[in-house]
Amino acid sequence: MKDNKNNESPRTEPVQSATFSNSVNSEIRRAAATGIYDIRGGGAKRKVPHFDDLLFLGASISRYPLEGYREKCETKVILGTRFAKNPLELDIPITIAGMSFGALSGNAKESLGRGATLAGTSTTTGDGGMTEEEREHSSKLVYQYLPSRYGMNPLDLRKADAIEIVVGQGAKPGGGGMLLGQKISDRVAQMRNLPKGIDQRSSCRHPDWTGPDDLEIKILELREITSWKIPIYLKIAGARPYFDTALAVKAGADVVVLDGMQGGTAATQDVFIEHVGLPTLACIREAVRALQDLGVHRDVQLVVSGGIRNGADVAKAIALGADAVSIGTAALIAIGDNDPKWEDEYQKLGTTAGAYDDWHEGRDPAGITTQDPALMSRLDPIEGGRRLSNYLKVLTLEAQTIARACGKNNIHNLEPEDLCAVTMEAAAMARVPLAGTEWWPGKTGEFL
Amino acid sequence: MQVFDLESNSLRELNATLHEQKSNTNKGKWEVQNPRGRHAIAVGLDTAMDVRVMGSTGYYLGGMNQKAHITVDGSVGPGVAENMMSGTITVEGDASQYAGATGHGGLLVIKGNASSRCGISMKGIDIVVFGDVGHMSAFMAQSGNLVVCGDAGEALGDSLYEARLFVRGSVKSLGADCMEKEMRKEHLDILSKLLKTSGSKAKAEEFRRYGSARKLYNFNIDNAY
Ligand SMILES: Cc1cc2nc3c(=O)[nH]c(=O)nc-3n(C[C@H](O)[C@H](O)[C@H](O)COP(=O)(O)O)c2cc1C
Repeated sequence: MKDNKNNESPRTEPVQSATFSNSVNSEIRRAAATGIYDIRGGGAKRKVPHFDDLLFLGASISRYPLEGYREKCETKVILGTRFAKNPLELDIPITIAGMSFGALSGNAKESLGRGATLAGTSTTTGDGGMTEEEREHSSKLVYQYLPSRYGMNPLDLRKADAIEIVVGQGAKPGGGGMLLGQKISDRVAQMRNLPKGIDQRSSCRHPDWTGPDDLEIKILELREITSWKIPIYLKIAGARPYFDTALAVKAGADVVVLDGMQGGTAATQDVFIEHVGLPTLACIREAVRALQDLGVHRDVQLVVSGGIRNGADVAKAIALGADAVSIGTAALIAIGDNDPKWEDEYQKLGTTAGAYDDWHEGRDPAGITTQDPALMSRLDPIEGGRRLSNYLKVLTLEAQTIARACGKNNIHNLEPEDLCAVTMEAAAMARVPLAGTEWWPGKTGEFL
Repeated sequence: MQVFDLESNSLRELNATLHEQKSNTNKGKWEVQNPRGRHAIAVGLDTAMDVRVMGSTGYYLGGMNQKAHITVDGSVGPGVAENMMSGTITVEGDASQYAGATGHGGLLVIKGNASSRCGISMKGIDIVVFGDVGHMSAFMAQSGNLVVCGDAGEALGDSLYEARLFVRGSVKSLGADCMEKEMRKEHLDILSKLLKTSGSKAKAEEFRRYGSARKLYNFNIDNAY
């Protein structure tokens, strides 16, 4: 056709493909240029059915509410009542998840310890062992027993208030860990007994046990070493929550920690984070079903993690049957991770506040996921601790507000019956009725 | 010498009794009777004492040992001396899988053979095996010395870091990033000393040394598969 403006036919707007979106295409270009998969920190960023898809019903004529500010609403929880002589008594049902020293700076670990202690809850070590800072500043410290066994030793084991055997992490069920060379300072290298500056892999399997029968003996050994005093938790990724929970109980765990796919990681392949594992919401009822089938619900406590952000999430996880929740990402944000005040520096790293996830590179402007002394010094551990304890206080107040509105004088009295779902998916996963109905997908029989 | 019979007293009592020995130096010698394959015998000891186990044991004999000297008059199950920090553990018979796994220090001597994954993830322990070791031994081994007087199975030293491996007999195959290395004087010295302390009659000169090629130390796409 001739180039005649008047005769030009109307054109449709350029249409971006939903399948080949800009971000998909940019990843194809990145892969083509580098030949290596994308590694990043954080949890699954894709949208999956989550606690936002559930609502509390609140009280009405058939349910009697409690006065918001006056009437007591208990939040205490005791973890490890099954076999341990000294179970952990926490003031609030929110714990700080295991995040490794190495991935996090010493100041960040100290902030987490201080904040958790102020709030009356526990914090957790991570891959790489226990640091003095975190032991000193954490009144209750859970010591992780990981496949790598970096820094594992009986002295620290006996200093711990509980042991958490890590079988999996929600961000990467079946995956190991990695800490890239740029983050291996002298101190990190020394704690892990490896040369400085090399990429460190943490294995995906434990070196000295394989199946649930072995695990039972491993738990026996750890109990014998610690004289049956401290609780033994078992952390599993959301994969096959019914069977994994049942096997954890069979192996003798006091507490099951269940981490869904939105749960953060320090560094893993993006393809792994986004495509392996179950959403947190899909894990809880299955794990609770396993505990109930074995007659140990509430005797073996269930701690749920992966995408807990506010008091409503806490209350919903507990209503579905968890005894407590654990937070990683939110705790880091509370102490300053991804804060817009560092926007200029995020821009220089080719990203923006809220999206920064190259934690493995060790260049975190907020000084949290780094071992660089200059960056680390940006985080004041006392201020960090105060911010975390404030945040934990708000989570607790929010969860109590909801519990009172549902007429509960103990947050643990929340139950599935207090909930409904706004989507079919969430109704199916949480096994609570679709809002305005008495039905959820998979519900059979009139009276079930 | 104190005698403890596992037929008449429980494992819990045994370990509690041994843990209590810290303050009681005149009870430094123990004989444990009737182990009968029980697991987690003499774990978490943290004081210098002699413990002799009169028979074969199950999993994790001497786990996380510090300072104690434990001898087993028999064979041991998986994970003997796992995460040992110091002291010595001597096994007169054979050892099952993962012997000396993640050990940080001390000396583990196995007078018979050791099964697969001997010295997996070792972090400073010395292990001397008079016989053979099975496949994947010294997998991801970080530091310390593994001495094999017999033969080594497949994939020896896969993904090895800085541990030294000495093998007198044949090596079925080397794992990824493990290579034969020159045996220098300093290695012969380390090896002779270990052979001597463990009571082996083998000569250091009869061994070959294997170590890390250090090609997997920093991630390179051409190594990935
Ligand atoms: C920076 C970072 C480091 C982590 N390191 C570990 C670790 O060493 N061991 C572990 O079991 N989980 C680790 N995790 C996972 C957390 O323990 C927890 O499962 C997860 O953060 C919970 O989900 P959330 O981040 O959505 O709260 C890490 C998470 C983050 C964000």
